[in-house]
Amino acid sequence: MNSIFVYCELEGVQVAPVSQELLTKGRSLANQLGVKLEAIAIGSGLDGIEKQILPYGVDVLHIFDDKALAPYTTAPHSAILVKLFQEEQPQIALMGATVIGRDLGPRVSSALGSGLTADCTNLEIGEYEDKKTGQVYENLLYQIRPAFGGNIIATIVNPDHRPQMATVRQGVMKNEILKADYKGEIVKHKVSDYVSQADLAVSVIERHMQKPSHHLDSASIVVAGGYGMGSREGFDMLFKLAEQLHAEVGASRAAVDAGFVDHDRQIGQTGLTVRPKLYIACGISGQIQHIAGMRESSLIMSINQDPDAPINAIADYVVTGRVEDVIPKLIRNLKEISK
Amino acid sequence: MEKFNIIVLAKQVPDTRQVGKDAMNADGTINRAALPAVFNPEDLNALEQALAIKDRFPGSTVTMLTMGPERAKEIVMEGVFRGADGGYLLTDRLFAGADTLATSYALSTAIRKIGKFDIIIGGRQAIDGDTAQVGPQVAEKLGLNQITYVEEILEMDSKSVTVKRVITGGVETVKAPLPCLLTVNGSAAPCRPRNARLLMGRKNYEVPAWTVADVNADPAKCGLSGSPTKVKKIENIVFQAKESKRYGADEKEIAAGADEKEIAALIEELAVNHIIG
Repeated sequence: MNSIFVYCELEGVQVAPVSQELLTKGRSLANQLGVKLEAIAIGSGLDGIEKQILPYGVDVLHIFDDKALAPYTTAPHSAILVKLFQEEQPQIALMGATVIGRDLGPRVSSALGSGLTADCTNLEIGEYEDKKTGQVYENLLYQIRPAFGGNIIATIVNPDHRPQMATVRQGVMKNEILKADYKGEIVKHKVSDYVSQADLAVSVIERHMQKPSHHLDSASIVVAGGYGMGSREGFDMLFKLAEQLHAEVGASRAAVDAGFVDHDRQIGQTGLTVRPKLYIACGISGQIQHIAGMRESSLIMSINQDPDAPINAIADYVVTGRVEDVIPKLIRNLKEISK
Repeated sequence: MEKFNIIVLAKQVPDTRQVGKDAMNADGTINRAALPAVFNPEDLNALEQALAIKDRFPGSTVTMLTMGPERAKEIVMEGVFRGADGGYLLTDRLFAGADTLATSYALSTAIRKIGKFDIIIGGRQAIDGDTAQVGPQVAEKLGLNQITYVEEILEMDSKSVTVKRVITGGVETVKAPLPCLLTVNGSAAPCRPRNARLLMGRKNYEVPAWTVADVNADPAKCGLSGSPTKVKKIENIVFQAKESKRYGADEKEIAAGADEKEIAALIEELAVNHIIG
């Protein structure tokens, strides 16, 4: 049976968290199907990269190591994937729904004439019956994603074309090493067999990386504000609360659109997905598009003056009151217990 | 001075930002009638980049291309009113039900028919699907280089284009030979408004409509039959309601909100359970 392939996105020579999550998911899907998990690393200076990848339970690691392959540009990476997939015929191919994965995935799927589902939040294995022909397909990949602005959840299948391709959002799947000394095969490919000079026509002239302004994706407590915070000053109060809790500050789209806080803190379908130990939603009504990005939080607290705010239905703790009354009380009491 | 022929890809979409209670039917399908049809926001950012090239290089042309029902010609007209020279609507029942791959195939056949172009510009993604796939797939079908997530076109000459693009955790400057395809972010420069002179002068512009046959497309690669992905099911999102602990919600208290004592008790509970501290 044909393998599952995961494209490992590299930040320098570091495997991106979303790829680690996909390797974890890929391993469990491979077990379910009784097939091998294979990974692909494309970049420059990749000696020892297998130490980061094989422990996820990778059976075969394909390495393409050449100066021309980093930083990422579309054509050489897609040329490699297209040819490798033609040779290896994977049944499933996964990559992160990141700037790179969303640039690369569609290019590869178009060249192979296979379907691609973007921004999945879950993957499962199941059967599918074509209602027209009555044909039943076993063991297809269910590609599950929010659609239509996050208002519905669609399950997409790819019955007749291979590989079944999906990009998956960061932070929605577990990240678990299987075995530190997992034995996998390493295949070092000759890059010139896959990449031609014409693939190198696009060049990256300059790069500026900024230090991230927050660590929302790994925070164990998130304090998030919505339109109900009222202003940028309202958010200052949230930053004070976050400081007491060693938390990070997030926001709903309504708060971002209103200019209360920077766009890179947006949580929800079109922003970040977080799954902290405690999520404190302040002045957030709870539109589906927001809930899609935080519902896997272990505990949810909602602070809202509307006792019937939709978010209260999924909250473990519901505090009714105006945010400008409640939050200072929270800060005061937190200071009290930390004494 | 150089002149460029620019094609802008644009889509008419239901405004998913305005989803209210009546946007979903009881059976979980979408009530499209309840949502206004709009010019996909990021396609407007793309149009602005195209018009800015035309400003800088007089004699350049901007051609709109869209696919959809008859009504979608509004997209071409909107482009014309803002400064595009003309455009085409791809419309045919055989195009209906297309996923991104079948859509990009149809667009690529129309672009081949248009023929002369130096650069194709589209929005990063459409707000009804949020896939960001059609741009790169069109580029692949035409054998063009692509640059996605573009923030700004910095330089352009007869041979190449240099852009600023946003990547995870930073920005980069990328140079690509022409012809190529760009997709533009919503954070790029907003589109100029309609021009009053154009609104009057071009109001009678007839948008050419092309069918599958007009663009010599293979019907088997169009619409539903050309779409490898199938929708197995669509579900309304239902969240599991939880048993909540409530603070400040006694009937007499609702107006006043949770008091100091209740907040203290809540903090203590979180601390005792090692959730905070």
